[in-house]
Amino acid sequence: MEGRFGRDALRAAVEAPALDRELWRALGDAGFFALCVPEDAGGVGLGLPEAVLAFEEAGRVLLPGPAVATFLAAGDVEGAAAGETVVTAVEGELVPWLEEADVVRGDTDGAVPVRSVDPLTPLHRVPDAPNTSHDPHDPHDPYTPHDPHAPRTSAHVASLLRAAEQLGSATRTCESAVEHARTREQFGGPVGRFQAVQHLCADMLVRAELARVAVYAAAVTGDRLAAAGARLLADDAAVRNARDCLQVHGGMGFTWESDVHLHLKRAWVRAGLGAGARQAEEDLAAAL
Amino acid sequence: MDLTYTEEEESFRAGLRDWLADVLPALPAGPAPDDWPGRRAYDTGWQRMLYDAGYGEVHWDAAPTLRLIFLEETEKAGAPYVGANFVGLLHAGPTIAAEGTPEQRARWLPPVLRGDEVWCQGFSEPDAGSDLASLRTRAWRDGDCYVVSGSKIWTSHAEVADWCELLVRTTPVSAEVPKHRGITWLALPMDAAGITVRPLRTLAGSTEFAEVILDEVRVPVANRVGAEDDGWRVSMVTLSFERGTAFVGEVVACRRLLGELAGEARANGRWDDAALRRRLGRLSAEFTALWRLTQWNVSEARRTGGVPGTGGSVFKLRYSHARQELYDAAADVLGPGALDLERPWTLERLSALSYTIAAGTSQIQRNIVAERVLGLPKGR
Repeated sequence: MEGRFGRDALRAAVEAPALDRELWRALGDAGFFALCVPEDAGGVGLGLPEAVLAFEEAGRVLLPGPAVATFLAAGDVEGAAAGETVVTAVEGELVPWLEEADVVRGDTDGAVPVRSVDPLTPLHRVPDAPNTSHDPHDPHDPYTPHDPHAPRTSAHVASLLRAAEQLGSATRTCESAVEHARTREQFGGPVGRFQAVQHLCADMLVRAELARVAVYAAAVTGDRLAAAGARLLADDAAVRNARDCLQVHGGMGFTWESDVHLHLKRAWVRAGLGAGARQAEEDLAAAL
Repeated sequence: MDLTYTEEEESFRAGLRDWLADVLPALPAGPAPDDWPGRRAYDTGWQRMLYDAGYGEVHWDAAPTLRLIFLEETEKAGAPYVGANFVGLLHAGPTIAAEGTPEQRARWLPPVLRGDEVWCQGFSEPDAGSDLASLRTRAWRDGDCYVVSGSKIWTSHAEVADWCELLVRTTPVSAEVPKHRGITWLALPMDAAGITVRPLRTLAGSTEFAEVILDEVRVPVANRVGAEDDGWRVSMVTLSFERGTAFVGEVVACRRLLGELAGEARANGRWDDAALRRRLGRLSAEFTALWRLTQWNVSEARRTGGVPGTGGSVFKLRYSHARQELYDAAADVLGPGALDLERPWTLERLSALSYTIAAGTSQIQRNIVAERVLGLPKGR
């Protein structure tokens, strides 16, 4: 993933935001979108545990584009698996990459453009979106709030894959803070020797590792409540780790040139897509 | 992440469940929390039952996964906790099993498993808490014995213990000997001459803690586990166990408590408060993840040969705070009832305050994570 979308590519994309079709096809060629499509349908035939590892890497490098929606469409929208067709979806009240996508799942009537906080995620808002606790683009809509045994929906998988992206981002910002703390010198030595800085870094690791076990276990069990929990912990880890990473970077962290703000902004956007933390908390509470 | 169990492990779980369903209904009620002789008898009696049924060795001779299943199932069934046997089963026992000679294992381990002997822990001192390696209780050789003088504090169950796992300084700190060297691990018989036990009352009103004063107590050299001056490394085995798997039962209990809190809130009307409901939902996510982290740590221990690794520090840091948040939420569920000591959660809320302090404060844990896991420079 770093080879296909490294730091130079990231910074180039920030300066000229557009969907990179060549990158998208390269991901398709590598089997990224077809990971969970059965082999007899031309896919890779792997499961959610492998998919979350792939999306963790995507989150780590801040891969732009509606990767989750395209991944979920692979196998049922022509060309999605190969990366030829870019698919996006209405995710709660928001639609990322609406103008650039070839196929949009969900009802976008009345969608208005938003000046997106994340320079690498164009957004539209659907003001009269239906109840966001339902999956608007699932024809079976089997979502029954408060029923832990309801079958897996694409909304539940989308939420887990976004949690995996959040995990990748949280891990990266933790590493970035540690790298900076080791090398940035003030008062005659690295700032990482100060306990105040060390404790920020230690808490970042704890958040990322707790999110990691939650995401991996939710992928292995396929349990929807586990996915809801993973989403809560991963959103928290990504947003708070980006904030702490920014703090550890000091003045540099507040610059456009630093990557930290890109992690924070993307983490906010991912946390804002789909049914939202409120719904996840309510579902978990209802199951108690 | 491997969350599957083998056929052998599942059959162990099924057999244990059946046995628990058989014996638990007939078990008498436990004694009052402060009745230490009563608790000793009760806890060791339960240990004896486990031993007689063939579950004695699960604590350290069985594979880590079987230990995890054992702790999970006994807690789920509401079986008595390890109680007064805590140090013997989860601290001293594992240390002796890992570091002791065959003779030492034969002498000390069976009585722990049979519930015949209770151990306590003599690590912390009035001037050596988080900085445990600065401990000053002295021991010097006199023939076949060490002569030990000093004082230990926060020694749980000292009043009723038969043995104490004791850390002493055998070589003074000097330019050549750093503080982590020069420490030795001894098994101290609690009936030896020169030992004074002074109970300490905790803020929860209980007296499981004690201060132990040692005045020229003679301990046979044969009671030393590991080499002289190598006690720091020996004791780290114990602490790794504590941070790795010692809280399995508690995490299971916390997840059960969340269900009880929801039940209470539904009954008393506080469930209508969306903020409280959502808080409980988030705590449920936290404790589910902590349970997965425990499983992960145990499978890592299996992979690396028995001793849980740094994942234990991550667990300890998050769990100790999550437990306090859980009992704070319990207080909000109870409302004014949270001020009533007769309500069980009130006492637990007080006891939970020790979790961010015991076995290394959260602040020291963060230093450990920062320096040993993340590789940041030595702190100041």
